Amino acid sequence: MRTIFEVERSGSSDAGLVPLPRSAGADGLPPSLARKRALRIPSLSEPELVRHYTWLSTLNFGVDSGFYPLGSCTMKYNPKVNEDLARLPAFAGAHPEADADLVQGTLAFLFEMTRLLREMAGMAEVTLQPAAGAHGELTGMFLVKRYFEEQGETKRTRILLPDSAHGTNPSSAAIAGFSVSQLPSGRDGMVDLAALRGALDETVAAIMLTVPNTLGLFEERILEVTQAVHKAGALSYFDGANLNAYVGRARPGDMGADVFHFNLHKTLSTPHGGGGPGAGPVAVSEPLVEFLPAPRIVKESSGLRLDWNLPRSIGSVHSFYGNVGVALKAYAYLLALGDAGLREVSGNAVLNANYLQERLKRTFRLPYDRLCKHEFVLSGEGIAEGVTTLDIAKRLIDYGVHPPTVYFPLIVHEALMIEPTESESKGTLDRFAGAMETIAAEAKRSPELLHDAPQKAPVRRLDQTRAARQPVLTHPFKERGA
Amino acid sequence: MRYIPNTDADREAMLQAIGRSSLEELFSDIPQAVRASFRPLDLPARSELEVVEAAQGLARANRYGDYVSFLGGGVYDHYVPSVVGQVASRSEFYTAYTPYQPEVSQGTLTAMFEFQTMIAELFGMEIANASMYDGATALAEAVLMADRVGRKGKVAVSRALFPHLRRVVSTYAWAVGIELVEVPCGADGRTDLSALSQGVSALVLQTPNAFGVIEDLSGVKERLGEALLVVSANPIACALLEPPGAFGADIVVGEGQPLGLSPSFGGPLLGLFASREAYLRQMPGRLVSRTLDAAGQTGYVLAAQTREQHIRREKATSNICTNAALCALSATVYMASLGAEGLRHLALLNWERAHDLAAKIATFPGYSLAFKAPFFNEVTVRMPGDAERTRLRLKEAGFLVGSSKPLAALGVPNALRFAVTEKRTPEEIDRLVLALGGAR
Repeated sequence: MRTIFEVERSGSSDAGLVPLPRSAGADGLPPSLARKRALRIPSLSEPELVRHYTWLSTLNFGVDSGFYPLGSCTMKYNPKVNEDLARLPAFAGAHPEADADLVQGTLAFLFEMTRLLREMAGMAEVTLQPAAGAHGELTGMFLVKRYFEEQGETKRTRILLPDSAHGTNPSSAAIAGFSVSQLPSGRDGMVDLAALRGALDETVAAIMLTVPNTLGLFEERILEVTQAVHKAGALSYFDGANLNAYVGRARPGDMGADVFHFNLHKTLSTPHGGGGPGAGPVAVSEPLVEFLPAPRIVKESSGLRLDWNLPRSIGSVHSFYGNVGVALKAYAYLLALGDAGLREVSGNAVLNANYLQERLKRTFRLPYDRLCKHEFVLSGEGIAEGVTTLDIAKRLIDYGVHPPTVYFPLIVHEALMIEPTESESKGTLDRFAGAMETIAAEAKRSPELLHDAPQKAPVRRLDQTRAARQPVLTHPFKERGA
Repeated sequence: MRYIPNTDADREAMLQAIGRSSLEELFSDIPQAVRASFRPLDLPARSELEVVEAAQGLARANRYGDYVSFLGGGVYDHYVPSVVGQVASRSEFYTAYTPYQPEVSQGTLTAMFEFQTMIAELFGMEIANASMYDGATALAEAVLMADRVGRKGKVAVSRALFPHLRRVVSTYAWAVGIELVEVPCGADGRTDLSALSQGVSALVLQTPNAFGVIEDLSGVKERLGEALLVVSANPIACALLEPPGAFGADIVVGEGQPLGLSPSFGGPLLGLFASREAYLRQMPGRLVSRTLDAAGQTGYVLAAQTREQHIRREKATSNICTNAALCALSATVYMASLGAEGLRHLALLNWERAHDLAAKIATFPGYSLAFKAPFFNEVTVRMPGDAERTRLRLKEAGFLVGSSKPLAALGVPNALRFAVTEKRTPEEIDRLVLALGGAR
């Protein structure tokens, strides 16, 4: 892999993108404050630069490249028009400190987006400030903390989590200053009500649940779970990573959620960007509204404005108002789909998952064999002697598919977590299932094909251990003159 | 629905294959009471054209573009070369997710490695991560990290932080139980370290600070003893100014928006995070490392993941997962398109234009630069009379300047702060000066 620092270059020393300054140095800058060592950032001509990054892009696999069944990540198609709209200069150019009267269009869609998300959640109010799902979790944990502080219930310092939870859940709880207690899942993969009731006491602040859970199973006893939590004086946090399973058909507020975060980059189709930017709006029940981050958008006869006067707010969790550009793409997506489209999204996502599950369980072990929601979890265990889930995942690359999420959830050995989304056709699913079956046969007949995979990727299997032991995090520049 | 490829016949065949009669039946595991209380959105589906028309209608309601902007305060109106948007629009980049499968993510990973190198270069630091959400959360996480290292439960913060940075740091510090001690500013607009309290895990400075003033970092690290020096820096300024790393800073963070991102009403932004290598295991966020593949070729992977939430869970250094990867890609292409020399020239041009404006304003009777210490591309000006009124008169004349209220809250009344980037032409600067004359 060649980096920009290794591109053989012939470009000029100044790219000529902006006018040249008139002097060689900053007039009035004391020498002690002036940069001494020259920057080591290469200067390339524009064609060289474009070739380098275009080449890099060809080494990447995105949703537009092919099937991307990465469980829990909802890698659905990202509509192109939304990209164009977010780039409109009237939106993209606006400065966050502009007076409200100059950004009424932006405030209008943020206000409307807040309303739509509030109604989708079936909850009292929404903040758009969190910049990602985990940031939404953290914001939610801050809200829970502040709520109990205000109640004077300072003993509530524990968060309960099922053992199937995403890693961000315990981490968000811990960063917000809570301790974490793990709840073992029942044999059916769901919350064990007896274990929950045994764990609930006056030290529990909240339970963090993912609905449906990370096995792709809907918590059928969700109402009993939240009732037990509320009866114990605690709150229910719902991780919305899996909202694609029931969007347009059910609402977390109706299940007893007190805090719920959306992942706009999952359910509402905004692109994942290779790892962000995302957006993690948070919905809350009535008792938590007054603690939401500042500012909030309010509508008055003179128009929309930002209200900073929120004395009981937890404060801010983002520089400004969250990832506005991401919210705009999600808003355009909601407008395109409408309510009926949302129902089709969950309907097709769940149908696709069940269809694949039904076929693949003939070849792979399915630890929880029942109706799934938008995703399901297989085990690669026992496919063939000496073959691991990682081998299966890497071999899928040779068949032109992005591997599923692997080794998660932790409660399934050799897990393969598959989420097809509604963006895939039956034909794509059939081809994927065919590839999985072929790989299972290869695993028995010629396991070296799996061990040596991938063969058709830009690189062979990469040595993660080496990177962990001897990390090289920046380009090792040769000293000048060397 | 145009985003869903299955046909009715497909759905029929699939339902049959799984032994179900309808899509509704697939949701029978959701309790009946929950399904019964569902209320649909009152939202019709729209054609693409109708969506575009709706968005354009909203865009027309934004009048910001009719004004010449001297707004700054952390987000700046810099020129973004076309190549930046073009590269970031390649869908192989923007439709991918976090590179958990490195063999099919070498594009993203290589670009992240370049980004880490460039940010470390700019800040004069040994290592940098692959991005945080924004400059404010980057600083908040730096405060948490510094206290993990220092374990005093107390961090000193300069009074001259941008208010949005201070707000977010305060929220995080409250939750974790870190006490923040404010360090005042001297008459020159720089943080006054003479009364710096002992027993803190770190000192947090911002440069240029909330007044636009460049902090003098020489000797600061030495005065701190064991405490860490955490600096939030403007990355463009670092092309011209001695970077915090050269003064021994332990953690350097910043808002990366100036590096080729549009302001987008404040998001998405780009959190920059650099550190000394000694603190690698305490860093938040993704780190990309060079490694080798099975054939001995160079490649790139996520590294030091045992710090991260998906491995370490409640013991992780941060809960961050999705960050700002595409923004980091844009910043990488931006820095590469300018190159070292171009970045320095750009910073110099910002310096010159801001100083031209400052020199002209300072000739008005009663107007003066609020502080004598050097500034970069943003300057605080004291004026006679009500600064807020002056600001509104400038707005009537077509010029935007930040509100005077945050400056007043920092103890600088009757003042406005002007940010001048390379996009503000000499003519616009002259017109602003004329308007200011009329607005007096």
